Amino acid sequence: MSTSIARDLTTEIIEAQPTFNVGTELRNEAWTQFKKLGLPGTKHEEYRFTPVTRHLEKKFNLSKSNPDSNLSSVADYLIPDLDANVVVLVNGRFNALLSKVVSLESEITITTLSEALLNNTVARAHFNKYVTNESDAFAVWNSAAWQEGVFIHVPENTSVNKPVFILQLNDASTEQVVTQTRILGVLEKGATVSVIEKSDSIGNEVVFHNFAEEWVIKEEAHLEYCKIQNDAGKICQVSNSVIHQTTSSKLNTFTLTLNGQLIRNNLHILIDGENCESHFYGLYLLNGNTLADNHTVVDHKKPNSFSNEMYKGVMDGNSKGVFNGKIFVRPHAQKTNAFQSNRNIIISDNATVNTKPQLEIWADDVKCSHGCTSGQLDEEALFYLRSRGISETNAKAMLLYAFAAEVLQPIQNETLKSYLDQLIADRLQKNF
Amino acid sequence: MNYRTMLSIKNLQAKIGEKQILNGIDLKVNAGEVHAIMGPNGSGKSTLASVLSGREEYEVSGGEVDFLGKDLLELSPEDRAREGIFMAFQYPVEIPGVSTINFMKTALNQIREYRGQQALDAVSFLQLMKEKMKLVEIDQSLLNRSLNEGFSGGEKKRNEIFQMAMLEPKLAILDETDSGLDIDALRIVANGVNKLRNKNNATIVVTHYQRLLDYIVPDYVHVLYKGKIVKSGTKELALELEAKGYDWIKSEVTVA
Repeated sequence: MSTSIARDLTTEIIEAQPTFNVGTELRNEAWTQFKKLGLPGTKHEEYRFTPVTRHLEKKFNLSKSNPDSNLSSVADYLIPDLDANVVVLVNGRFNALLSKVVSLESEITITTLSEALLNNTVARAHFNKYVTNESDAFAVWNSAAWQEGVFIHVPENTSVNKPVFILQLNDASTEQVVTQTRILGVLEKGATVSVIEKSDSIGNEVVFHNFAEEWVIKEEAHLEYCKIQNDAGKICQVSNSVIHQTTSSKLNTFTLTLNGQLIRNNLHILIDGENCESHFYGLYLLNGNTLADNHTVVDHKKPNSFSNEMYKGVMDGNSKGVFNGKIFVRPHAQKTNAFQSNRNIIISDNATVNTKPQLEIWADDVKCSHGCTSGQLDEEALFYLRSRGISETNAKAMLLYAFAAEVLQPIQNETLKSYLDQLIADRLQKNF
Repeated sequence: MNYRTMLSIKNLQAKIGEKQILNGIDLKVNAGEVHAIMGPNGSGKSTLASVLSGREEYEVSGGEVDFLGKDLLELSPEDRAREGIFMAFQYPVEIPGVSTINFMKTALNQIREYRGQQALDAVSFLQLMKEKMKLVEIDQSLLNRSLNEGFSGGEKKRNEIFQMAMLEPKLAILDETDSGLDIDALRIVANGVNKLRNKNNATIVVTHYQRLLDYIVPDYVHVLYKGKIVKSGTKELALELEAKGYDWIKSEVTVA
């Protein structure tokens, strides 16, 4: 299926594979699988709007190692006033000097993934169990070639007071950067933690960040997860997130995409227990030439769970938005409630959006709904605001902001919420 | 005639698409007056209100409108509001995510800025709001909610009058404000309008029925038919229309 050029790139990557000390066996399996899958070309159904492979072909030398970064402070990339555990990866390497873990060891384990895979039985038990070799070629590539990552473990019945802030910086001020990073998080029974994952790229050279993560939320555990994609530089990012939920667990995710050249998020939620609750919200406010593609899958494997998905987008400039939302309800998953909505506003003539819901329901006693809309700003609402003396620019900003800010609802941490709120207000020029 | 002409409409013609709706309207409104525009369905009443408030889907194909010495038709909808025109909508729009309070604060301060006045601080704004809330008998909890979202017909119309009270327009245009109101809601809305009347402002009441005019008593009544004012008179004209229906006007026009 993939084009011949894409196949060449796959071979090029395999031939240039570096050697790693950790997890060699799993890596070798992944390389074999990667070779089989090959990178997805433009004819690949899942990537037909999002030419990551072509972008790599055109812009990257994939046999080159990353430059060193002399970054000495990450102050500019933190969330102001957020009291958090900070984990910093720069160009795919853990940076101990810039990181700071403040929570007690009894509350949470935060280490590098390579260290965890050597010493931690929990990490070894769960690593690579959810990002499987059948999945996306980029995820498999990551399983083969991850450079470094973070392992997070919250013990039973423990609520972590301070959020974990994972900052992934790509410093491309001198030359191209290609990073492959990975997170594994395990929340034991009744554990609660909030995680914020942010990426930033620096400099004008190209960046490719192939990211994968696995989250295991055991019985009655609760994960709050927020991803912020606001890179200033020329980043192409593919992010594969797999979240596994068991009985009575709770999940809130929020994905905010503001900047980047080519962004692809695969979010895969496995609801493998009863009475689970998952809310996954997303917002993409795009301009310039940004392309952002959110592919989500929620897989209800067991009965009596609830999932609610809401993604919204505002497309300006030449930007492109893509949304693809799959819901599976397996034969045994009776009494499932699954809701999905994707709403888009296009504010420039050159912007586009492609949205597609896909529901596969095998159980007969379920409540599922989905809705996709794309359109312009409501002219009648705009006129109403203007007729009260509000300028056209401000009226537009007001409407767009109201549209967008709805997805912030589930965010609990007030500092984080106001930070995100400000990002959204700034982007939509709601400066009044 | 009067030394304070507020609005002067001369031979106003307007169309939507290819359809001509207003065929030469002449109307003069002075400060302190209430004018009622009546007429059968499709006569152009709402079009007139829309053209005056600056709805862009209508194309003005002729005539002129002077508002306090300014060419109204040249102004954007927001500038018309800033100059002192207010339209109470027949169908107020629901806007999720925008609270009435924030909306009014933004509107009021943009109008003040246009007029070279300082923005109101939070305290003075709240004070003003409380005062106006009382005037139109609207509850604060309603104003904290998203603009008109899930409001009943009466609540929406009351919210319109609340906004009018907040913005203190020179000329208010009430477009079918009575539609969808029960008698109690009608009374509250009309009371609000009456309390806001003074010698420096004027009101145009667009309505199909005479009923509203029992509460908001007009100085002049004009009958619009086929995009023209075919008859003008005092409030008695409205009563006559109520008794005889519009057919009487139609035949009179045909004969003429």
